[in-house]
Amino acid sequence: MVKNYGALRALDGITLSIPRGELFGLLGPNGAGKSTLINIITGLVRRSGGEIRVFGYDVERDYRATRSLIGAVPQELVYDHFFTVRKTLQIQSGYYGVTRNDAWIEELLERLELKEHERKTIRELSGGMKRRLLVAKAMVHRPPILILDEPTAGVDVALRRSLWDLVREVHAAGTTVVLTTHYLDEAEELCERIGIIHRGVFVALDRKEVLMQQIHNRKVTLEFTSPLARLPEELAGIGGSLAADGRRATVLVDRSNGSLQKLLEVLGRSGLPLADLEVAGAGLEDVFLELTAETPPARTGASPAGEAP
Amino acid sequence: MNGAVMEAIFSVPFRTLFFREVNRFFIVINQTLLAPTISALLYLFIFGFSLGNRFGSFHGYTYLQFLVPGLVMMGLVTNSFQNPSSSLMISKFEGNIVDILMAPIGHLEIVLGYVLGGMFRGLLVGSSILVVSCFFSVPPFSHPLYLVAVALLASAFFALLGVIAGIWAEKFDDLALFPTFIITPLTYLGGVFYSIQILPPVWRKVSLFNPLLYMINALRYGFLGVSDVDPGRSLAALAAITALLFGACVALLRSGCRLRK
Repeated sequence: MVKNYGALRALDGITLSIPRGELFGLLGPNGAGKSTLINIITGLVRRSGGEIRVFGYDVERDYRATRSLIGAVPQELVYDHFFTVRKTLQIQSGYYGVTRNDAWIEELLERLELKEHERKTIRELSGGMKRRLLVAKAMVHRPPILILDEPTAGVDVALRRSLWDLVREVHAAGTTVVLTTHYLDEAEELCERIGIIHRGVFVALDRKEVLMQQIHNRKVTLEFTSPLARLPEELAGIGGSLAADGRRATVLVDRSNGSLQKLLEVLGRSGLPLADLEVAGAGLEDVFLELTAETPPARTGASPAGEAP
Repeated sequence: MNGAVMEAIFSVPFRTLFFREVNRFFIVINQTLLAPTISALLYLFIFGFSLGNRFGSFHGYTYLQFLVPGLVMMGLVTNSFQNPSSSLMISKFEGNIVDILMAPIGHLEIVLGYVLGGMFRGLLVGSSILVVSCFFSVPPFSHPLYLVAVALLASAFFALLGVIAGIWAEKFDDLALFPTFIITPLTYLGGVFYSIQILPPVWRKVSLFNPLLYMINALRYGFLGVSDVDPGRSLAALAAITALLFGACVALLRSGCRLRK
């Protein structure tokens, strides 16, 4: 898939296949090309080259078929202030050719806690309610594919959790879910497979566990019962550093070369007044930061004709 | 094409869009129906009722009788244009245009939804002005079928123009160019308030290049049986340019121009 905006190459020849029923996460910094990819799938943006098929249908030639299969939550809070919540869902239903949909609309209103607001116009809703309405709109025609473009941007913790539950629930019911997010914990929590996109190419595309395996560093934090004046040389020698108050020290270990074992041996010999020990594992955030660092990513093919500053 | 149009008209997405368009202007009925009717009422009162007696007769009718078809046409074309153009512009501004763009709605269904919504409003405003004007003077309805055909075609033409303007405009200021520089001048200079026969020969010739002249006179012919121009040719020309504009409008939607990046 290729997309050019004038001289800017937003998508630089990416290839992706999402199996039916998967919960796929699309990650990347701002301007990486995530939304461009999503918008080509949903029909908001025209591709410059390549092909996208949804359940075998081409997104441009067979647009009616592919758009019927997809429910999409756009990134922006878009709303039609003329209509009430319920009317909005009825209209959305009609756009997808679905009539007599009141029972499902009722269920969506209940499930997304919008029932008591069904007679309000969109202008009267809070940001969180608007976000929930967008999710309800995307699901109103019971699509087998749900695409969520940063669904939890700007929502509070409770709503975020309830949206996650909903995503898990629809996924468990067999819906293919594609999620773009800025929140790495969201992708870590929900997604089975993750693609990290950077400057229009995938810099990583694998199962979540495999991606997190790629990061070998572990941060070990040691806490002492009484402050130390300085770290034993042996510990400083393997990269340990003491905090200013002398009560804590941190050591970075690489679990691929046995340095954790070495640390434990040093600690055993040192007789330090150890109160606590914490090992922090690598999260998706570390993977993300490493892969999207401002060094040019490894890629094949020509470099983009132009890039955003 | 006829088969495709019929298929689109019976589709649920088209009916939904049409329903949305009609519902939208009923929600703001003071602006969309009441305001143009009141304006027409003021024109009738000032020009027709108060000043009109000094103008003498036009084609054998009083000035008030002569004025009514022009005012009906003015309300009809303005509102047929405004409904789709402002609806599309607001949708683009608020972002909810994506609802239409991401839905499995065909280009033809989108055009028909917006155009018939605009025609409905234009015809409703035109009818409302006609009803109000009947309190002053009831026109003879000389050629009723011709009258209906002209009203339908003129409203379709301006609703199509409204769709194109709504797609083209990037901000409300762009949209304002149409009524300010095209619709209002052409309507006012197209013989709403006068017969071109009172103009000097040069301006009479210039007026013949104004498409609104033919529409206003055609409607006047339907109501009163008189016209400054040939009514048969006017209707044929109106039908032809409306069909051309319809084709252009569907092609514009299909191209995705200004809507899909």
